[in-house]
Amino acid sequence: MSGVVSRRRLLTLAPLGLAGAAGLGFWAMLSGMRGGSFDPHDIQAPVLDRPVPEFDLPGQAPGRGFSSADLRAATGPILVNFFASWCIPCVIEAPPLATVAGRLPVWGIAYKDRAQDAAGFVAHTGAPYTRLAADRSGLTAIDWGVSGVPESFLIRPGGVIAWHLAGPITQSLADALVARL
Amino acid sequence: MTASLPDGPVPGHAIVGLLLGPELGRFALALACCLALAQFVLPLLGAWRRDQPLMAIAPALAGSQLACLALSFLCLAVAAIGDDFSVANIAENSAVAKPLLYKLSGIWGNHEGSILLWCLILAACGAAVAWFGRTLPTSLQARVLGVLGGTAAGFELFCLLTSDPFDRVWPAPLDGAGMNPLLQDPGLAVHPPILYAGYVGFAVPFAFAVAALLEGRVDAAWGRWVRPWAVGAWCLLTCGIALGSWWSYYVLGWGGYWFWDPVENASLLPWLTGTALAHSAIVVEKREALKVWTVLLAIGTFSLSLSGTFLVRSGILNSVHAFAVDPARGVFILGLLGLVIGGALLLFALRAPLLVAGGVFAPLSREGGLVLNNILLCAICAAVLTGTLYPPFTSLLFGQAISVGKPFFDATAAPMAIPLLAVMAIGPTLPWKRARLAPVVTRLWWASLAGLGAGLVGAYGLRGTLPMIGAALAIWVIAGSAAELAHRVQLFRLPLPDSLRRARLLPRAVFGAALAHAGVGITVLGLVGMSQASHAIVAVHVGDTSRLAGYDWTLRGLADRPGPNYRARIATIDVTRHGRLVTVLHPARRDFAAQGQVTSEVAIHTDLVTDLYAVLGDEHGAGADHTAVLRLHDNPLAPWIWLGGLVMALGGGLSLSDRRVRVGAPQRARARIPVLAE
Repeated sequence: MSGVVSRRRLLTLAPLGLAGAAGLGFWAMLSGMRGGSFDPHDIQAPVLDRPVPEFDLPGQAPGRGFSSADLRAATGPILVNFFASWCIPCVIEAPPLATVAGRLPVWGIAYKDRAQDAAGFVAHTGAPYTRLAADRSGLTAIDWGVSGVPESFLIRPGGVIAWHLAGPITQSLADALVARL
Repeated sequence: MTASLPDGPVPGHAIVGLLLGPELGRFALALACCLALAQFVLPLLGAWRRDQPLMAIAPALAGSQLACLALSFLCLAVAAIGDDFSVANIAENSAVAKPLLYKLSGIWGNHEGSILLWCLILAACGAAVAWFGRTLPTSLQARVLGVLGGTAAGFELFCLLTSDPFDRVWPAPLDGAGMNPLLQDPGLAVHPPILYAGYVGFAVPFAFAVAALLEGRVDAAWGRWVRPWAVGAWCLLTCGIALGSWWSYYVLGWGGYWFWDPVENASLLPWLTGTALAHSAIVVEKREALKVWTVLLAIGTFSLSLSGTFLVRSGILNSVHAFAVDPARGVFILGLLGLVIGGALLLFALRAPLLVAGGVFAPLSREGGLVLNNILLCAICAAVLTGTLYPPFTSLLFGQAISVGKPFFDATAAPMAIPLLAVMAIGPTLPWKRARLAPVVTRLWWASLAGLGAGLVGAYGLRGTLPMIGAALAIWVIAGSAAELAHRVQLFRLPLPDSLRRARLLPRAVFGAALAHAGVGITVLGLVGMSQASHAIVAVHVGDTSRLAGYDWTLRGLADRPGPNYRARIATIDVTRHGRLVTVLHPARRDFAAQGQVTSEVAIHTDLVTDLYAVLGDEHGAGADHTAVLRLHDNPLAPWIWLGGLVMALGGGLSLSDRRVRVGAPQRARARIPVLAE
């Protein structure tokens, strides 16, 4: 009889074990997502660990435009940030972006935006772009695999995409990023 | 609130806005959270110490918690309708130009508001248990309400701490950012409340399961109490899923109805286990068997409802459904889930072995059929769960990103659905305890002939083996349900008036079950029809004609028309068959300038047998070279997919209205627990 009971006990423990294992996995994923080491959305980013796609974008006031050649020629890491004036998370992103800009240059690409709107956005939010380009057609964003704004790419010297974030950079993420550099 | 009242007569809505301000809403939410905590602690303590007054306080707490949440929700509604853009949630998701219906539906069209709605429904469930469960044993009701209160407190805390819908912004913008245009649709206005009601409804069977484990007793009465809640939640979930699928069919404009998207799977998983629960609870009720299993199903169904929401909101799963993704929120929900699900499963591991097993039965019996139903449903659920969680877990464990899609689900779910449909018609004809095959055969021979006939017709007229099998099984299930009813009323064996009298005396639950099973058959027929769908993508000049599925589709013209908060580009397409006009379709593209987003308005003409479906794509060239891209679909039997869902839910509703499930109606006079303090 006691054998039967203990087998039942084991069986009834199984759901708890399964749920616990799944929970641990989810916890690991979440902490990875917060630290930037795990991004389930990377599955669709075709550009990670690849050279930056070819492009040459005109300047957007108040900054100077740039091309893929400029990124390849860089000697330090650069954060490339796609934004738009019509995007609310981009406004929220500005202060954390300033934290990042204290450590490495942040280059902005205005995605599908009117020139005066983008200029107004930069002036209003104080977004810290060292160089600023305009992607009015949105074609460059497609080559980069951008799914929406804001989206950020960390470019290694030599023009290789090292890290990618779809969505706004939060303050904790910015701090983590700066600490890792 | 810094707004000062204008001089002269004060408009009524301004007074309402001042009285029911966002701060009152937040206060009511916090109060509801405190009440929920009390509802968690006091009744459970009372049940443990057998303290009658402490247990008796539970219904009053549940009622006042609901009242507070209703007030809180009302405040958010007032802010949304009154365009109070100082509330961050409304500034981000609403705009002055938005039509009133969508201002209202926009309340739950975003993360914060949807969590508040979730809490409101959970509180409504608690109040419903307090009201309809007046005849339950006091300690059981107290424990059920205690568990519901604990769950509600957790979610209200989540709402307050991480997803406050009443957060203010300063300075307040003059106009809001507007809503995602895809969500601006009447179908989607009602979809979330129904779906949430389904998800949250399973909290009641869950609470009953946990309460039963605490009491250490599961009996036939428990099965009878749990089943209506499970069936009710199941009906709402069925409607919610059908609505969502219909929405994706006519709004997304891809011509598909189910994409095995993680969000869709998240709703399918509790539906599968919930269906199993609604069936296994019958066995508990009638035969006091399968107790441990039913308790586990009740816990598992609500756990899957919760985990699905968590996975979607935390951003772990890739989905077409956009929610504000925030891993920090994810950690909070994960902790909450750990407490709710982990606690329940721990209790299950400790107490379930002590539950006494009930009636024994032969493999060929009603119980046997229901066990098989449970095994198959849970196997499908396991397959879908595996496919849904595989990508994030391989990415986590092996650092390798893979994507699991339609081929996997088609290959795993379909083979298990076939035996499920095959036994579905047989199960209801079997008697309890032990059955013989001969009576089954005499009852169902003509249903099997009908199924075989449908299969033969399918083999001739349908492409593919699976659709042929599907057609045969669908007709078999529908005919089997009809045969079961015909047998019950002795149709053609007794004179017709006698049969009709028998039909009137038959419990509604019997009709409900037959209707729900027939609904499954109708849905399967719809799926079979859609497997034969055809489509074409054509670039045409105005005046050009394309042929698809025996129809001639002619683009007659393109026109611009302004809308309330968008500009529309509308095409006119004449569809003719053998030179006779069938319908004129007007697919359109809407440009929402405020969001920089373009949506396509699908044009659908349906005669319930075939959907003619047209989408307007991009336009190229100018002058004589101007072409428009059109996507044309011919979707046979498409509406049957959702019609079947509706029939299933109706069947469930019919069996809910059966007088046998109105718990202990005659004893109401003497059962005494004072009621709601509202």
